Amino acid sequence: MEMINLTIDKKPVVVKEGTTILEAAAEIGIKVPTLCHMKLHDMGIENKPGGCRVCVVEVEGRRNLAPSCVTKVEEGMVISTSSIRALNARRTVTELILSDHPADCLTCAKSGECELQDLAQELGIREIHYKGEQSQYREDTSPAIIRDVNKCVMCRRCEMMCNEVQTVGVLSAVNRGFDAVVAPAFEMNLDHSVCTYCGQCVAVCPTAALTEVDHTGAVIRALSDPSKTVIVQTAPAVRAALGEEFNMEAGNLVTGKMVSALRQLGFDYIFDTDFAADLTIMEEGTELLNRLSKHLNGDKDVKLPILTSCCPAWVKFFEHQFPDMKEIPSTARSPQQMFGAIAKNYFTEKINVKREDLVVVSIMPCVAKKYESARDEFAHEGNPDVDYAITTRELASLIKLANIEFKSLPEEDFDQPLGESTGAGVIFGATGGVIEAAVRTAYEVYTGKGLEKVDFEELRGMEGIREATIDFDGLDLRIGIAHGLGNARKLLEDIRSGKSNFHAIEIMSCPGGCIGGGGQPYHHGDASVIRKRMEAIYREDANKTIRKSHENPYILKLYEEFLGEPMSEKAHHLLHTAYFDRSNKIES
Amino acid sequence: MPKIKLAEKTINIVKEICAKYDNNEGELINVLHNVQAKLGYLPAEVQELIAKELNSSVAKVYGVVTFYSFFTMTPMGEFPISICMGTACYVRGAEQVLDEFKRQLKLEIGKTTEDGKFSISCLRCVGACGLAPVVMVGEKVYGRVSPQQVRKIIAEYQDGCPSS
Repeated sequence: MEMINLTIDKKPVVVKEGTTILEAAAEIGIKVPTLCHMKLHDMGIENKPGGCRVCVVEVEGRRNLAPSCVTKVEEGMVISTSSIRALNARRTVTELILSDHPADCLTCAKSGECELQDLAQELGIREIHYKGEQSQYREDTSPAIIRDVNKCVMCRRCEMMCNEVQTVGVLSAVNRGFDAVVAPAFEMNLDHSVCTYCGQCVAVCPTAALTEVDHTGAVIRALSDPSKTVIVQTAPAVRAALGEEFNMEAGNLVTGKMVSALRQLGFDYIFDTDFAADLTIMEEGTELLNRLSKHLNGDKDVKLPILTSCCPAWVKFFEHQFPDMKEIPSTARSPQQMFGAIAKNYFTEKINVKREDLVVVSIMPCVAKKYESARDEFAHEGNPDVDYAITTRELASLIKLANIEFKSLPEEDFDQPLGESTGAGVIFGATGGVIEAAVRTAYEVYTGKGLEKVDFEELRGMEGIREATIDFDGLDLRIGIAHGLGNARKLLEDIRSGKSNFHAIEIMSCPGGCIGGGGQPYHHGDASVIRKRMEAIYREDANKTIRKSHENPYILKLYEEFLGEPMSEKAHHLLHTAYFDRSNKIES
Repeated sequence: MPKIKLAEKTINIVKEICAKYDNNEGELINVLHNVQAKLGYLPAEVQELIAKELNSSVAKVYGVVTFYSFFTMTPMGEFPISICMGTACYVRGAEQVLDEFKRQLKLEIGKTTEDGKFSISCLRCVGACGLAPVVMVGEKVYGRVSPQQVRKIIAEYQDGCPSS
C-alpha cells in the first residue's frame, strides 16, 4: 500500500493511502473535535455522513475548509486544524447547532455524558450569537426508549445503527430542511413500529434525543415501602461495566462491590441473574438434546437448528421480520424472566410472602429488558414476574443518589438460594457465552463423559458471525453464533433458504453481546471498552470453582424441591414461552 | 398481527411497477414516480407495500416521500392546479396568482377541495419561462396568468371538463 506524506499543524506525518485527515491527525496526537462522526474500531461500525461540519480543517491551497472525517489525505497536503479560519467555522457551526437546541443542560438526562455539551465546553462557547426558530416536536415514549427529537443534532448515528448494523429499519431521516427529523415511518410512535428496543440508538446518541425510560423513581418508592419485600437480580454483563460509571478503568470486575452497594440501597435479598442463566441452560440444553436426538432418529417434524432466546430484542426482531420461523427458537424464557417466575412462585413460598408483596427488580445492561418484563405473558393477573428492569446506568445513578462511595465499598456475596451461580452463567454476558455454557452441559449429558477442559476458545471472539464444530464423542455438533441483528438476519435467511446446516445458533442483538448492551455505560465510540468488558467476563468464569450449570447445587435443589426435572410440566408453565407473529400483512 | 388493507387492483398496480424495476431498492424514486402517476398519490399503505416489494424499510420510503415536494400523501384533485414558483415566474407575480387561487378555492397548498375537484401545488420551473407566470391545470398550460384571470380558469373546470 502506498504511503502518503503530509503536514498537519506543522508536524510531518506519514500514513497509508486512504486514511482520512481526522485519522492522520490522531496518529500524531492531534484530536480534531467531532460530533456526528463515530467509529467503533474492529467492529466494522462507522458513522461519517460528514454532515455536522464540526471537524473542518484548513487545507493549504483549497478554497473551502475540508471536513476532516471524510476527506482523504493526499501527498504533500499542508493542513492546519486550528487556524483562525478553521476555529471560527467550527465555533459558528456549533453555535448554530446550539441555537436550535434546548438549553436545559442542568436538568437533562444526558448532562455530563453529552457530547454536544462537551464540544461546547471544548470550544469555549460562552454566548450563542444566533437566535432563530426552535424545533417543537412531540416527545415519544415507549416501554423502553424515549425520543426527544428537539435534542437531535441530525448526526444520523442512530439511523446508521438501526439500518446498517441492526437492519431493523425503524429510524430514518424524514421531511426536509428545518422540519427534518429522524423518525419512524409516518412519524408513528416507536411502540407502533417494528422497533426491537435493542437500544443501540440510545448507546450511540451524542445527546439526550434518545434515552431509556427511567425507572429509578419507582425502585426508590418500592424500597421505601415497608409492606414490600424487594429483591434484586443482576445480569452478568453489569458487573463487568458498572465500575466505569465511577471512573474505574473499563474491564474492572466489581461483582462484590455491586452486591455491597445493592445491600446498602436497602434490597432485602441480593440475587443473581447468573443463577437463572444456569437454569436457562438446564431447560434450553435439554430442549436442544431432545430436538437433536429426535432429529438423529429421523423425525422429520423436528426443526433444527435451535436458536437461543435469551435476548428480548432478538425475540421481537424475529416476531416482526421472520414470523414464519417462530417455531425454531428455543421456547425457554430469558434468564431475567425465569428468575422472575421462580422468585414469584418458588421464593415467595420459601419466605412466606404473598406474590403481590414481593417486588422483583432487575439490573440489566439492556433497555429491551424493560419491554420484555412488560410483555403480557410474563404477568399473573396483572402482577408482572419482574416489576422493574433498570439499566447499569440507572443503577449507577441510584448508588450516587444514596451517597454511596462505590470505590471504597467492601466486597460482599450474593444471598441464597437464588444467588449461587457457575462460570457458565457468567459468560452469558458475552457473545458466544450462552452457547458455550450450553455445550458444557449438553456435552456431559449427551456423552455421559466429563469434560477435561471447559473452555471452548473456538466459540469466543468479536467477529460478527462465527461458526465452530464441537466433537460430541463422534457426533459433530455444528454451532453458529451471531451478534448484531444484521448478522442474525444473514443466518436466518440461510435457514429460510435451506442453506444452513447448523444444529444450534446463538444470537445476541447487541454488538459484543450483552456487554455492549444499550443500557451499559456509554462507550462514546471507544470499542476497546467493550473488549475489556469481555475479558472481564471470561476472567470471572475462570475464577469460579463450579463452571457448569448442571453442577450448581442450588439449581439441583430447585428441581428436587419444586420443578421436578427440566421440561417438566411445571417447568413448561413457568420457564417456557411462545412467540407471536407481529408482521404487517398486506391484503385486499 | 397487524393487517394493512389495500384494494386488489392497487396491489397489482404497485407490484407490477416494482417488478418493472426488478424490485431493486435503488430504483425507489422511479418506482414512487410511477406509482404516483398511476394512483395520484402515495398513501401510507402503498408505501408499506413498496417497502415490502423492494425489500427496503418503510421508514426509508417515507423519508424519500417527505423529502421531495413532488411526492404527496394526499390525493390530488380531479383537476390538480400547479403554480410555477421558479425564478422567472416568481418575479413576474406568481405569488399573487397563487394567493388568488388559495383565496378563491379556500385551499392551502397541498390540499384538495372537499368535492375532490381541485388541489393546489407549487412546482419549480416547467421550462416555459417566456410565458411566466405559468399555471398548469392537469396537463394544460396557462401562460402570462394574472390574478384577474384566476376566476375564469377555475370556472372552465367547475362543471366538468373544459371544452377546449
